[in-house]
Amino acid sequence: MTALTRPIRRLLGRAAPPVEAAPASSTEPIAEPATADPAISSIGLDIAESDPLLAYLQSAPGPVDLARLELESPAVTALREAGVALIVPLVSQGELIGTLNLGPRLSEQDYSTDDRRLLTTLAAQAAPAIRVAQLVREQANEAAERERMEQEMRVATLIQQQFLPRELPNLPQWQIAAYYGPARAVGGDFYDFIEMPGGRIGIAVGDVTDKGVPAALVMARTHSILRAEASRSESPGAILARANELLVPEMPARMFVTCLFAILDPETGRIVLANAGHNLPYIRTDDGVVELRATGMPLGLMADIVYEETEGVIAPGSNVLLYSDGLVEAHDPAQKMFGFPRLRQAMTIDDAGSELLDRLLEDLHGFTGPDWEQEDDITLVTLRRASGVSQQAAEAPSLTTGFSIPGEDGNERLAMDRVSAAVADLGLAPARLERLKTAVSEATMNAIEYGSQGRADVPVDVEVEATPDAVIVRITDRALSGAVPDDAETPDIDLKLAGAQKARGWGLFLIKNMVDSMDVTTDGSTQTVTLTMARKEPSDG
Amino acid sequence: MDERRFGAEVTEIPDEVRVRLSGDLNARADETLAGAYERVVALGPRRMSLDFGQVGYINSTGIALVVRLLAEARRDGRAVRAIGLTEHYREIFRITRLSDFMEIVEGDAA
Repeated sequence: MTALTRPIRRLLGRAAPPVEAAPASSTEPIAEPATADPAISSIGLDIAESDPLLAYLQSAPGPVDLARLELESPAVTALREAGVALIVPLVSQGELIGTLNLGPRLSEQDYSTDDRRLLTTLAAQAAPAIRVAQLVREQANEAAERERMEQEMRVATLIQQQFLPRELPNLPQWQIAAYYGPARAVGGDFYDFIEMPGGRIGIAVGDVTDKGVPAALVMARTHSILRAEASRSESPGAILARANELLVPEMPARMFVTCLFAILDPETGRIVLANAGHNLPYIRTDDGVVELRATGMPLGLMADIVYEETEGVIAPGSNVLLYSDGLVEAHDPAQKMFGFPRLRQAMTIDDAGSELLDRLLEDLHGFTGPDWEQEDDITLVTLRRASGVSQQAAEAPSLTTGFSIPGEDGNERLAMDRVSAAVADLGLAPARLERLKTAVSEATMNAIEYGSQGRADVPVDVEVEATPDAVIVRITDRALSGAVPDDAETPDIDLKLAGAQKARGWGLFLIKNMVDSMDVTTDGSTQTVTLTMARKEPSDG
Repeated sequence: MDERRFGAEVTEIPDEVRVRLSGDLNARADETLAGAYERVVALGPRRMSLDFGQVGYINSTGIALVVRLLAEARRDGRAVRAIGLTEHYREIFRITRLSDFMEIVEGDAA
């Protein structure tokens, strides 16, 4: 019996009278049956791809008599030494998939014409069956391998999520929004917010060349280095220079990291930044859209690089955008690039931070069309410094109102509608009102489920306050089941569709995406979720 | 506004099956939506359109039901598209990335 596999073809057989064929997809010797005839022995040998026997058997019309075969072939020599007299090629769809190897007849006579005809018929019928068995086993092995890789990728995705900030900085007078969209399950982009002395915030945005797992590993390392160096220095240039020194010796060939590191003083709006080959940030000011220029080599390419620092002041009402290549290098169906002019144009519209980000993504999706396969990771970070509040305070009405609802399933709809009615006169833009309603509904659902355990006699209190800057909704429950768990896994649609994460679990995710901030406080007997949403600017329309 | 009872009407149109949803898409929609998909499976179309034109409210549990429906449709090799979503719910489908896995058609017909 013979097994042939690629790339090494291994011949496996029995050097004695007629033997059965067996599936040939394994290179392991077939086990002897317990009742094996002592006259039957098995052999196993590898046939080199270059051995002429393979080509000969491929086109042989029937059984091949080894004694008469004149071929310079190591395999033929080995088979003869193993006592093989006759080889019957097993050919399926023109491909040699194995051989039947027979020793001399026990009668010591030559194989007759009838014997050969019988063996030819047997081989013609056995070969397709063996090929099918080979294919089935190959597919099973491939499926198992695919499943293993997908599982590893799911784990990698979860690990990488740990490197992205769980929460955005909550800074008075600032709106901060961020978007991270890897092109594959894991990516090489990253962003980070790092608390620094004096209430300042370090902001890093980076992009590792390449995509997928290699990029994600370099991203993780760069992220860790930047965090560590930011705790040792308050100079963006020095932080990047030190990160570069650490990354150069360990950077894989043909890989590097572009990175922008900025330090923002939220009190004054002063921003100092250094740049390692990354896209320059855009700032929208009253005078138009400008770039903050700073030069420096990408991280990990060569040692002893000095990173220039530049600084500016983000005035009230100004927007800042930090971004990776994925946005500007996205293509539409006609292979036209999104490009910097389009991005710059989008920046010219005066808007609140989260809406700038939303608008950029809408512009992108409108540009690429629905069938777009994302080419590169996309990271966007937007900062907006609020306009002067004194002018708004004079114009914006304020109110505080409150009500209670029974803590019964379905009453989140009631809370949502009553909050909607309470803020009806505040002039929230329709999109902002819808987001607030969804956040209120979800937070009230949690209060009903965890705080009231669905009991109508355990109320949920809702308070709505409008300040000149913001609408604040406080939802207080009786904490019967303790605090709403906030350590739940981040919902991931890929994992949910793959069945690796339950379909539910969107509530907190939605709340955090709908309002500018969500805070949870508890005093043991009650828990309060505070939702804050900035009121529209006059320019929001 | 009071809660509105959820409904799902399955109709066969050329090349696809349309599921016309109405009312509030929340936990109470579970059985109705599952029943609707069973009818879709029986009809066996290559594409299923979910018409949200008469849906006024979708909460996170409703999103989870859509995720489950989408997972089943993908498992069955069936394309899914959503029509008639309001701008707000289109945004929610985008941030949850449901829109990465189903075509979102603006307006209420296609």
